[in-house]
Amino acid sequence: MTSSRRDFLKIAGASALTMMTPAIFVPAWAKDVIVIPPGQGLALKKALAAGRWAMTVDLTKCTADCTDCIAACHAIHNVPDFGNPKDEIKWIWKESFASVFPGEQNAYSGEKLQKLRPPVFCNNCENPPCVRVCPTGATFQRPDGIVMMDYHRCIGCRLCMAACPYGARSMNYRDPRPCIAKINPDFPTRSKGVVEKCNFCEERLAKGTLPACVEACRQKALTFGDAENPRSEIRRLLKTRFSLQRRVHLGTGPQIYYLL
Amino acid sequence: MKQHKWGLILLGLAIFAIAVTFPFWYGKGKTAPPVLSLETPEIAGLADKKCVEDAVFMRANHMKMLQAWRDEAVREGKRVYTANDGRTFEKSLTGSCLQCHSNKEHFCDRCHHYVGAAPSCFDCHIVPAEVKK
Repeated sequence: MTSSRRDFLKIAGASALTMMTPAIFVPAWAKDVIVIPPGQGLALKKALAAGRWAMTVDLTKCTADCTDCIAACHAIHNVPDFGNPKDEIKWIWKESFASVFPGEQNAYSGEKLQKLRPPVFCNNCENPPCVRVCPTGATFQRPDGIVMMDYHRCIGCRLCMAACPYGARSMNYRDPRPCIAKINPDFPTRSKGVVEKCNFCEERLAKGTLPACVEACRQKALTFGDAENPRSEIRRLLKTRFSLQRRVHLGTGPQIYYLL
Repeated sequence: MKQHKWGLILLGLAIFAIAVTFPFWYGKGKTAPPVLSLETPEIAGLADKKCVEDAVFMRANHMKMLQAWRDEAVREGKRVYTANDGRTFEKSLTGSCLQCHSNKEHFCDRCHHYVGAAPSCFDCHIVPAEVKK
């Protein structure tokens, strides 16, 4: 069969027309009939809310050898221990003052400053570079400032790890489940190929409790609160005390303040 | 010559039809539909044995519902689900679903194995009964 130019144009035109057919002509069997009931705009009643969550770390109270906050956080969030510093998963960890605040000390800085081991967290930045680079939207910023990870969408590309100037993100190079000492059933584990980080305990805030590290700190060095509320405890501390933020010149707007 | 050609075409069509329908008639009667167990102490203790929505809806749409729950709870912070009859539930697989359906291997797994579905939910979400073992 040979087709004429006229036949070809007819078929091409008809095909183009079908693409312009409005959606109302969708046959009944092709329609999605599932309706998940609407009106799901509720948070839990006792949830804590804020304009911008932030935390202060009082370095005059935090002791160098104490790891209570790390232990509490990692137990609650099922953080695995692969037993290998290269693959380490860290939500909270401790570093020397010089590496937490490069350039903030000099050759004559006192021993007190040099001996400090400040705890470091995800800074839940105001202008988070990890959110900007994430290609799937797995990392996003909530209206209350928490930089959140939707593990369901993480494809393990690790662009966020490259973008984060604080090293706050860790990749699960293996299945983490066998390496979790004791699984807490109230929080999911992660799977192989997923990046994770501190989430400011958003799952606890939703139920009306403060972050696990804040509760676990016996020295009461950690204060968590709303940085946009001028009457909050955290604002009082920031007003009266001298504070440092990590690498603030990068423009990320870190929300962890270290009080000195 | 022409009739000879038609014979070949019909033979080809017959072989095609047999090959395509093979799994249906070959597998017929060999596998019984799964029997899902609702025998858990939690369900036995319920006064009104009703899931979040009615069973027919849940059977057909639980996966879509869980996906909607997942996105709303994680991304929008909306953690309470109001069912059609007004009851409210926390949108949580481990915290809500598995509290009643605590027998995952006799409920979720039986049907998922039967239909060949391999949901990745339980790679991360924890089955409380498996942790206590």
